[in-house]
Amino acid sequence: MKKGILGAVAGLVISAGVATAQGYPTKPINLIVPFAAGGPTDVTARILAEPMGKALGQNVLVENVAGAAGQTASTRVAQAAPDGYTIIMGHMGTHAASVGLNPSLRYDPITSFQPIGLGNASPIVVVTKKDFPAADLKELIAHIQKNPEKVTQAHAGVGSVSHTTCVLFNAQAKLGKVNAAAYRGTGPALNDLMGGQVDFMCDQLTNLAQQINAGAIKGYAVASAARAPSIANVPTTTEAGLPGFRIESWNGLFAPKGTPPDVIAKLVAALDKALEDETTKKRFAELGSITPTKEERKPEGLAAIVKRDIELLTPTLKASGVTISN
Amino acid sequence: MTDFLGNLALGFSVAFSFNTLFLCLIGCLVGTLVGVLPGVGPIATIAMLLPLTFKFDPVGALIMLAGIYYGAQYGGSTTAILVNIPGEATAVVTTLDGHQMARKGRAGAALGIAAIGSFIAGTFATLLIAALGAPLSGLALKFGPAEYFSLMVMGLVFATVLARGSILKAVAMILVGLLLSTVGQDLETGAERLTFGWQEISDGVDFAVLAMGVFGFAEVMRNLENPEARDVVRGAIGSLLPNREEFRRSIAPIARGTLIGSILGILPGNGALLGPFASYTVEKKLAKDPSIFGKGAIEGVAGPESANNAGAQTSFIPLLTLGIPPNAVMALMVGAMTIHGIIPGPQVMTKSPNLFWGMVASMWIGNLMLLIINLPLVGLWVKLLKVPYRLMFPAIMIFCCIGIYSINNNPVEVMLTAFFGLVGYGFYKMGFEPAPLLLGFVLGKLMEENLRRAMIISRGDMLTFVERPLSAALLAVAAILIIIALMPAMNKKRDVVFTE
Repeated sequence: MKKGILGAVAGLVISAGVATAQGYPTKPINLIVPFAAGGPTDVTARILAEPMGKALGQNVLVENVAGAAGQTASTRVAQAAPDGYTIIMGHMGTHAASVGLNPSLRYDPITSFQPIGLGNASPIVVVTKKDFPAADLKELIAHIQKNPEKVTQAHAGVGSVSHTTCVLFNAQAKLGKVNAAAYRGTGPALNDLMGGQVDFMCDQLTNLAQQINAGAIKGYAVASAARAPSIANVPTTTEAGLPGFRIESWNGLFAPKGTPPDVIAKLVAALDKALEDETTKKRFAELGSITPTKEERKPEGLAAIVKRDIELLTPTLKASGVTISN
Repeated sequence: MTDFLGNLALGFSVAFSFNTLFLCLIGCLVGTLVGVLPGVGPIATIAMLLPLTFKFDPVGALIMLAGIYYGAQYGGSTTAILVNIPGEATAVVTTLDGHQMARKGRAGAALGIAAIGSFIAGTFATLLIAALGAPLSGLALKFGPAEYFSLMVMGLVFATVLARGSILKAVAMILVGLLLSTVGQDLETGAERLTFGWQEISDGVDFAVLAMGVFGFAEVMRNLENPEARDVVRGAIGSLLPNREEFRRSIAPIARGTLIGSILGILPGNGALLGPFASYTVEKKLAKDPSIFGKGAIEGVAGPESANNAGAQTSFIPLLTLGIPPNAVMALMVGAMTIHGIIPGPQVMTKSPNLFWGMVASMWIGNLMLLIINLPLVGLWVKLLKVPYRLMFPAIMIFCCIGIYSINNNPVEVMLTAFFGLVGYGFYKMGFEPAPLLLGFVLGKLMEENLRRAMIISRGDMLTFVERPLSAALLAVAAILIIIALMPAMNKKRDVVFTE
């Protein structure tokens, strides 16, 4: 009996030992990616994992936990031990859009997590099939408003970045009810856009830049503050006359709520170092993603982004009537 | 033509460098290994090995990852033939006749013809990519939701041919498969279907979970129940390689399978899946004596295996020429390319010709390597059948569990597989075949989603399916198949074709 209690106490000490973070990290850190390997969030996580591991002196292991538009993994991390050894590469979908889409969400992006910092952001582009009859964004919007029965929108499935940004675009451009076809991921949607089966979509620049530059699809506007270097001739939404449509798909690191501040401080420093790494800079430039400012790399910066996007997306998504419930 | 030769020369100069050859070999070896291990698939393997490739140059890294992919296709058929477990959707058909051949002591011949057929198919598909990759990618773009739905209807008609017993039971299994495919979140509305509030299955049932259950676990249970069945396999092994008669019978199926697989592989959204099923159907229809199918017909191994490998290769076409991944493995390749600083798209061919042509050339070298690795291994694999089953089945179960866990790192899926194992055992006891169930499952999701997409695009006009020429042609083929089956004069023949 005494031994049992001792064992239990020892177990508690071991698990509590990390809570005080003496010498953190003493073992590899699990970085959960809430999507299958290969997507933009996964790529970001893998690019950052190596330099972060170097800065921390321990490996950062990427683990893909796909399911329910990233909510499976987010739920798991929200309930994980707050010891700094389980962190998640959260994302605009899992930590902002989910609030407006899922009335029975099992975590709260704000209260269940301790933000670490922003990893990167990818501009959102409005694109059409290559022979769409509109010269600029204004004509595009006018054409869709005039032909609601002929124009079809594509998106990468309910809850995806492509879907939530499409819903926001439709609302901001006052398109009314848009006929939208859902696909499983950007790939098949892009295939049908290039084939002219569907007319327009919104998605991350990373997925579209090559096809825009090759002339396989047409880019109309970038929903960011500045133009994107990889498609420099495409105007921003402000320039194109739709300033209300401003959104980026971002990836940020979160730890479970209650992770000790000194652990978070070490992770913040490691993230900052990883973002300053030359290879990271080069890779992000190739991806066309935006490197976060010094402010955004901090917990407060990421918290502000989460709050901003929840406020921006929730009313629009709720009004669109689409819900995910699980 | 000089362009073509020049490009190929560039490709081979890249592919023949020592580093690249070495990485290609590693990829093929690892791929074969994960293919042979039941349950461990190329997706999990590529995801795990991705960080290791950071240090390599992009061309070498991608060649290695590609090697894992087609190596796994090769290896998957080994498990299907030897232990009746399809590691991938594309290997389901191989279990039908491949495993029967093994039971008759022709495991070596089945493995041999699978390797040889795959090599021939791989060679042809590689040439096809090199010569016609860019124009062929146009075919992928012509395939919209309407065409895809019609293709799936045709596929479903094929499914009835997979039946080895009663046609009624086969249809029942297809319907169960379709029903299972509707489990999970609705793609258009996000609503949960048939999940009973259980979050773990909100993304639906994974193919591997279902296949490992109804094939893998159930097979182990039925083998443990009657040990004699195993002894049949262990008894006679026969000559290792296919004999002259078997070669003669395999030539035409290999050629047809290669062609069918190559075309279907180019299509978006897992078109390659249909290849082996289509090839099996064609061979069974063309056979002088269809009754041998399902009892160990070498044609039923040669054709589908060639189609499988050809499709695996040509599915690189949309990725390399359009930047569009047609299946989950290719989506992972997109990730690998972006991590290495190459954003896939229409410009890869002109911007990084050494990558494009290097990969094409290495595909052929990879296929040659696989043949060289696999033929001598046939003897070893066949010896595996001599391992006492009490040692073998725990290993099979453990690898299945590891494999399933590695898909989503989710323990619930392992439990679900065990459940489907019991279901599969029940099916076996009642004389239901699991193969039509799996085909129904695989086609169901694609069929439903494309039907709804096509209807959204056409604003609910059903005529869209017959107004579009490609779609109409596919539906016509399906209709003709049904008419042939139902015509009274053909009834006697139908019984032969559909139910042996």
